[in-house]
Amino acid sequence: MSDPRDPAPKNPGTKKPGLAMWLPLGLFAAFFVLVIWGLVRPANREVESAFIGKPLPAFDLPPASDDRPGLNTTVFSGKPRLLNVFASWCVPCAVESPQLAALAQQGVEIDGVAIRDRKDDVARFLAQNGNPFARIGKDDLSKVQLAIGSSGVPETFVIDGKGVIRYQHIGDIRPEDVPLILRKLAEAGS
Amino acid sequence: MRYLMLALALLLATPVVAQDMLPPAPYAYKQLPDPAQEAKAQALMETLRCLKCQSQAISDSDAPMAGDMRHQVRTRIAAGEDPEAIRQWLIERYGDYVSYAPQVKPITWPLFAAPLLFLALAALLLRKRFRRSTNSGDRA
Repeated sequence: MSDPRDPAPKNPGTKKPGLAMWLPLGLFAAFFVLVIWGLVRPANREVESAFIGKPLPAFDLPPASDDRPGLNTTVFSGKPRLLNVFASWCVPCAVESPQLAALAQQGVEIDGVAIRDRKDDVARFLAQNGNPFARIGKDDLSKVQLAIGSSGVPETFVIDGKGVIRYQHIGDIRPEDVPLILRKLAEAGS
Repeated sequence: MRYLMLALALLLATPVVAQDMLPPAPYAYKQLPDPAQEAKAQALMETLRCLKCQSQAISDSDAPMAGDMRHQVRTRIAAGEDPEAIRQWLIERYGDYVSYAPQVKPITWPLFAAPLLFLALAALLLRKRFRRSTNSGDRA
């Protein structure tokens, strides 16, 4: 504001630079900390479904496999079930298959939605990784995926006996996630 | 010899691609026949976030999921649905994050109020400044 070449301050009432002098440095330091924070702890980029607590939208998918029926909404009544959104072309989907098998072995009913997949590829994927699914629907246009607010593969939803989405697991199910999923299933059943 | 083998092995290696083999959805890359409808769809697609590649709009992204979203937008607009209704449908499923067009809500009002506040602040400062220079007379 004041011209340094001007010997006489034009406004004698102006305060001497005190704390204000440190303001730019302070702002810079704050910005610096913010940037470092962002680098050290990147924000969570998972998009959670906003559809949890809402009933599954109606859908009817043709079968994605020759030895399992397709999937429609009427299945989701009675006891809680898992809805697994997967694809044969998705690497983490193969990684989570032992966990799905373990869940199926404990009596959990799992239905699959195969995203943008071909029957041959699904068959090969199931032959390689096992088939924990009771039904598998073929979702070539990601319609069901979009309708339930899923933003990738794999994702696993807990659906209660009334067809309401109760829980969403984003990413592959690791062995340590299995107890949580069993608990969510039990909660959905109570 | 070992390096040669390594080079050969690298040549033969096929990368594991996490990408589907299906052709894109019918309306992923095809415009609607009606230009007015296509313009509506285009305007909406430019303000919807691709969930796979989160800094891109679905109109910009080649992710298969973005293609499926474009297909959905175009077919719904062709069926006569209002673009804002489609946006709302997606917000219901993915939250506000999916939309690049912020709406006034309790959490977003500072976004809209801040420019007005800054303008008011600037006006105040300028007024003070002008008054001061007229007071000191000759230098203005």
